[in-house]
Parts: sequence; structure tokens; C-alpha cells
Amino acid sequence: MSGLPPSRISSDAPVAVSVRDLRKSFSIPDQKVSSLKELALHPFRRIEFRTLEALGGVSFEVRKGEFFGIVGRNGSGKSTLLKIISSIYRSDSGDVHLAGRMAPFIELGVGFDPELNARENIVLNGVMMGLTPRDARSRVDAVIGFAELEPFAELKLKNYSSGMLVRLAFAAMIQADADVLLIDEVLAVGDASFQQKCSDVFHNLKDQGKTIILVTHDMASVETFCDRALLIEEGTVRHIGDPEEVGRRYLRMNFDEERGRPVTRDPGEETYVHLVEGSLKSDAGDTIQNLEVGQPINVEAVLEARQTIPRPIVGLLFTNEDGVRAFGGTEPLFGPDEDLTLEPGTRFTVNATFENKLTKGRYTVGCFVAREVNHFDFPMAAMRLVDFVVYGVDDAAGVFTPDGEIEVGLVD
Amino acid sequence: MAADGDGPELRRVTGPSATAGGVRRFFDLLFLIAVTDFRKVYFNTALGYLWSLLRPFLLFAVLLFVFTQVFRIGSQVNDYPVLLLFNIVLFGFFSESTLASVTSVVSQEAVVRKTQFPRLVIPLAVVLTGTFNLGLNMIAVSIFMIAFGISPMWTWLLFPVVVAAMLILTIAVAMLLSSLYVRYRDLLIIWTVATTMLFYATPVLYPIESLPSKYHDLAFINPLTPIFEQARVWIIDPEAPGAVAAAGGWVHLIPAVVIYLGACVMAIRVFGREAPRIAEEL
Repeated sequence: MSGLPPSRISSDAPVAVSVRDLRKSFSIPDQKVSSLKELALHPFRRIEFRTLEALGGVSFEVRKGEFFGIVGRNGSGKSTLLKIISSIYRSDSGDVHLAGRMAPFIELGVGFDPELNARENIVLNGVMMGLTPRDARSRVDAVIGFAELEPFAELKLKNYSSGMLVRLAFAAMIQADADVLLIDEVLAVGDASFQQKCSDVFHNLKDQGKTIILVTHDMASVETFCDRALLIEEGTVRHIGDPEEVGRRYLRMNFDEERGRPVTRDPGEETYVHLVEGSLKSDAGDTIQNLEVGQPINVEAVLEARQTIPRPIVGLLFTNEDGVRAFGGTEPLFGPDEDLTLEPGTRFTVNATFENKLTKGRYTVGCFVAREVNHFDFPMAAMRLVDFVVYGVDDAAGVFTPDGEIEVGLVD
Repeated sequence: MAADGDGPELRRVTGPSATAGGVRRFFDLLFLIAVTDFRKVYFNTALGYLWSLLRPFLLFAVLLFVFTQVFRIGSQVNDYPVLLLFNIVLFGFFSESTLASVTSVVSQEAVVRKTQFPRLVIPLAVVLTGTFNLGLNMIAVSIFMIAFGISPMWTWLLFPVVVAAMLILTIAVAMLLSSLYVRYRDLLIIWTVATTMLFYATPVLYPIESLPSKYHDLAFINPLTPIFEQARVWIIDPEAPGAVAAAGGWVHLIPAVVIYLGACVMAIRVFGREAPRIAEEL
């Protein structure tokens, strides 16, 4: 589906969208006066305002023909940015410059009137997008054709099914023929076949050299369509550049949020062994919370015995969040000819290194300590050493991705 | 594949406002929306145009009965039925347009919050639809007038002046109401009561001379009063006093003119101030 090579836009293409030092904050009243009655009853009441800075100086440029992604989490300011560029909100300071006509698509079918038929709505929509009524009328048939709604052109929209409505809205959006398209997560609506159609249309628009800004939190569509992307967080630009890099940073940012989440421990298991500390390390030895797909797994832990444990064996078990065991291993604490009993108060370390073949998801490293009784491992204690998340953009199935490949072909 | 010529030049985006997006688009939208709304009422309902005629005519029939058979004010006035019908239609334009405008911006919430849309188009389209309506109703009224025996006068040509005066005031009030309603949601109730009060405070049911003269100055604070009085001279009864004479001289018209102009200035200022923020307030 993403078979299209990203078009490299030469850096001497003219600038289509230029945003300079855009700032916007919202004043949120602690109490909202919503009627003249309240105003008349309490004319001198002071209303306290909280200021929320949504954008703190955002600058970027998009060149003509570029497919540009804006990525951010909810509340990062991406919607505010979109609404300022599309003249829905006014900025506090800073400039937006645009080359040509811009059509924002924040929601499909905004302004559709259920009392009107498809033709009338297409004209109305076209004029809203800045076409002249004559131009809008001349495109009606093309839109209805694209939406495959010829038999229903004269039907009032209130009698349309939701699927027909979405098709019409999407077709109407395409007809607007703006120089710059600003698209907000419209991809998120509709069923798979509709999404496929959207995807085809985006590829088409891209081929036509339209300048498109896609605002989304869906990394897959950013990497599929965008030439460049911008990562926004807390109202500031965190990164502009290669979509894959933006995608990685976005995911890392998401999972760093989990920092400070204490690893839950089972206090009942403290009778035999106490977990002093457990952590995940990077290759450089720093404590990290999460791993990228493929980044080696290094787990370090310090434990302390609370009871006498004869012939202890330490095991690690990696499970995913569904409780599926991914892999694990055991190792006796002492060699065959060493002291065979762990005394209370004795600390010992566990260092484990594994190649990371895990698919993305959340994992827990469980540790158990067993003693060997008559060649059987007899578990004494089990605890969670550390939780971590493997992130990435691959969408592999299952828990593991061993090396290998699938080859398919026709029988000769 | 991108750079085929330089294409359009960079222009600064000024953000949302009452009229943003270019003059041509503004009028295209205004006209299209008004015509569409108008057509919706007249072609999409079974009785269509009849409905909008029925309303003023029914009110007219009831009031005519009350004021000629019960209170008998009407009997002393020249061509009272014609005057009453004309006034009802003219006042109906003001009250229906302003009432419909109150919620107009808020009910177009999706458009305001999700598209680039010149805010002023919304209340203006409501008033424009009302104007189309007025035009159609006036055809019916003029047929009634001629049937009643009023002979056409050259002053009928001044009717557009009356309409213009009404239109400007209606637009001003519509702008004020629609923008303030975003913040103050009790405005609809207040304005519903206010239009009823205005109906009686304006010489719709009665000619101004049947009002005791001590109340004249009070009546002429209402900017609608001189418009209705002047319309009466021009359209129905050339012997009626007219706005200046009824008010008792130019000086007495000053409060009405001040309020009229004040409403216009306020409308432009308030709407201009609120327009860029409407999307955020909703």
C-alpha cells in the first residue's frame, strides 16, 4: 500500500506555507458568565483567568508540492496550529503566509445541509472552499461521479446513509482544487475500503504536486505520505525533518511519559528475597525505560536474601502484557564447587543481556529465585524486576520476530 | 515534479474576522446561502410561499377585527386596514429577521469552528432571506392596496428608502444579537420579549396621532417610529403628518437618529471585536 517512493522536493521549490513565530494562548475563565442575567446581578464580580499557552513560537516552512505532516499528541497544540493556519483562530502574534488558495478539511462534510440535495450541497461546499458559484456548479457532476452517487444526486442529504455521506463529503473535498490542502485526521474515519480510497487520493494529490499539510497522530500515515514532518509538543516544535525520525521521536516521547510509573511489586514475595533495585540499561549503561524495536535488552538487578536459601537458582521470564511468555532462562547463583547456601542479608546481582527480537508492546521482566531440591527447581520467590515498552513502527504479528523471510511465488 | 512555475505569491493570512476571505467570496457566500435558505422555505414545504403570507395575513385579520370592532381606534383612521397590513408586514420583517439572527451564528457552530468562514455572512444571510420575504409579501400587500382603492402615488417610488432604513437597522441589530448570543445565552428570551414590546411601542397598530401627545417624545426615542410614520405618508396616506411633523420638529427626531446611528456603530464595533474569537468561545 505504501509502494510510492517519497518524492524529494527540491529545496529551491517556492515556499507555499510559511509560519513564523506563531504564538497563541487561551484565557480560561474560572467562572464562565454565560448570561446577561448573571452579568446584571454581579456586575463587579472579578473573574479570574488562567492562561493556557497553546503555541509558544512555532515556525516552519512548507515548499510547494510538499506533503508535510504535523504530528503531536492530544493537547500538544497541533489543532490550534491547524486552526490558526486555516483562519479559524486568530494568533496572538506571529505570521502565517500562504501562496494561493487554501482549503482546510478539519471534518468531512462541514456545512452540509440535510435539507438540500447532493447537487446543492456540492455547490454550497465549493463556494465555502473559495470557488466561484460558476466553478462550483461546473464540478458537480465530477463530484457525484467520484462519489459514485449518480442515482442519488437529487436526493436530500437527510435521506443518505452515513457511508454515502462520507463518500460525498470526501469527493466534495477533492473537488475544491485548492493550492494548499490542510487535512486533519480525516483518514481516521470510514471503513477500510474508504481508507484505501483516501489513500489513493492522497497519492494522486501528491503526484499532482499539491501542497498538503496533514495533521495527525497516526504515524503510519505520516510515514506513508509525508516528505517531511514536524513534531509538536507543549506548543513548541520539537523536530522537523524526516518522517521516520519524527515518528521515532514521537513514539519515544509517548513512552517516556511512563517514566516515574513505579514498578509494581508484590510485597508478599519479600519473605525470601527482597528486590533492592531493578532496571533496564542502554548499551552505554544509562537507565532507560523503553526500547526501540531491535535495541538490545540489558537488565540489571540487585537482590537481597531474607532467608537462608540452599542452592539458589535465579530465573528471568519475559512476558507481554497479555501474560504471554516470550522467553526466559535460568542460571544457578553458585558454581558447582562454591558455597551452596545463600545466607540472609547477602546481596546478589542479576545481569542479563538478550538480543531484542520482541515485537512492539509492553513487557514485564519477572524474576524468580528457586532452590534446587533433588534436582528440581523449587520456587521460593517471584517478583517483577522491571516493566518496559518496546516501540517502533513495524507492525509484526505475535511476540517475536525471528530473523528470516517469507518467499512466495507461483508454481511453474 | 513540484516546481512548475512559481505559482501564486505568498500572502499574509489575516486570521478570522467578520469579512475575511475576500470580497467576492463574501458576496458569493452571502447570496448563495440566502437564496438557498429562501428556496428551502418556499420550495421544500408543501404549502410553500402560502405559509409566509398566511402568518401576517392571519395576524392582520385578528387585529383588524379587534381594532375596528372592539376598540374602534381604526375607524377614525384613513385606510386603516391597508395601514395595518402594511405595518404588520414591515414590522414582521424586522422582528423575524432579528429573532432568527440571534441564534444564527451559534447554530452554524460547525461551520464557524471547522471552516474558514467570514462570520458576518451568517447574520447577513438571515436578514437577506428576510428581505426576499419582505419583497414577496409586499407584492401581496400592494395587490391588497390597489384592491382596497388606494391609487398609486409617485411617492411609492420612495419605498426603497424605507426598506433601506429598515434594512440597515435590522442588520445592525442582527449583528449585535448574533455576536453577543455566543456569550450571553439568555439573549434569545430577552429579545423575544423585547420584540413584543417593540411591536406595541412602534406605531404598527395605531397611527402616531392617536397616541396622547405627552407620550410622543417617548415614542420617538424608538428609531422605528419615524420610519413607520414616514412610510405611512409615502405609501398609504399623503395627508398623514409624516415623521418630522409627528415628532414635532427635527429636534425631536434627534434621540431616534442618535440611537439608530449608535446601534450601527456598536454593531460594527461589537461584531468586529467578537468575530475573530467566536470559534474559541463556542
